[in-house]
Amino acid sequence: MARNKGRENPEINSSSMADIAFLLLIFFLVTTTIANDKGLLIPLPPDPDQMEDIDIKIPERNLFKIQINSADKMLVEGEPFTADVKEIKQMIKDFVNNNGKDPESSDSPKKAIVSLKTDRGTTQDKFIEVLDNIQAAYYEMYADRAGVTTEQWRKIIDNLKDPDNKRLYDTGRGLTPEGEIEFPMQISIAEPTKIGG
Amino acid sequence: MSKFKKKANTKQDIPTSALPDIIFMLLFFFMVTTVLREVTINVKQRIPDATQLRKLERKSLVSYLYVGEPKKTDQWGTEPRIQANDVFIEPKDVTLWVAQEKDKLNEVERDQITIALKVDKEAKRGLISDIELQLRKANARKLLYSTILEAPE
Repeated sequence: MARNKGRENPEINSSSMADIAFLLLIFFLVTTTIANDKGLLIPLPPDPDQMEDIDIKIPERNLFKIQINSADKMLVEGEPFTADVKEIKQMIKDFVNNNGKDPESSDSPKKAIVSLKTDRGTTQDKFIEVLDNIQAAYYEMYADRAGVTTEQWRKIIDNLKDPDNKRLYDTGRGLTPEGEIEFPMQISIAEPTKIGG
Repeated sequence: MSKFKKKANTKQDIPTSALPDIIFMLLFFFMVTTVLREVTINVKQRIPDATQLRKLERKSLVSYLYVGEPKKTDQWGTEPRIQANDVFIEPKDVTLWVAQEKDKLNEVERDQITIALKVDKEAKRGLISDIELQLRKANARKLLYSTILEAPE
């Protein structure tokens, strides 16, 4: 102990290390972006040129029609719709789960189709808002059937390789032993009209 | 007097040796959570918000298209345009672009390609549906509209 007396503390000055680390940090802050790889996933129909031109008659009652014009005003089932877009969710749920009770509404979930038609002048914002609510309606119905929350359901369908997830997914969509889906998500996005722009 | 002098002898500087560690922690956090910029985005991007977000599992299968009003309006005008890999393209060029993107993937994965559309809020559906039509022709049928999570009310 006595030997140390009168000597300087043998300490390396490391204060510039913080500066170097800061430089690195700032470099990474500038050159990178936080990846945003989340969004609304939709499948597109096949190439229109290769599709057979057959007229499929869909009874009016099995179609839930949503139309949006170039001023972002909506028509739902032919009626002007001014309420909050979030209310569409409940309307779709009622429509899909009708099972033939109301003669104006769908026969069965299997036959129900939600049709979304926009104008070329409709903004993407409005379109996303409506599409989001349509998907929300379906995801909530699926999640109820599988007995999970909607967030869990969305995680399940993003990772179907897990057998547990696959089982829940099949329960939610009502897969019959014959391989038919009792509860498909049928959203039809029609080509936009050209009126107004 | 001597008592006071002894006190003045104690060290007064704050130990800063832990500071680099803290900064390094921040640095590693950023290195892990972010990705390097690949393209300079030349269009305005006010991404719409939604609630039913899905996460993409296989990032290698994703190709991005950016749609919006160009940032340099005096050069490119105010009409929303499509940007793919640093250049502006027309809707009819989308098929070619998809073919090029597919070539970058393994043969078995080519039909699983996902196109992520990062579309500005104010862009019109007309342009987007033109892109969709081209994607259908190019047989790239998995589409993701990039959105951010809507803040709960």
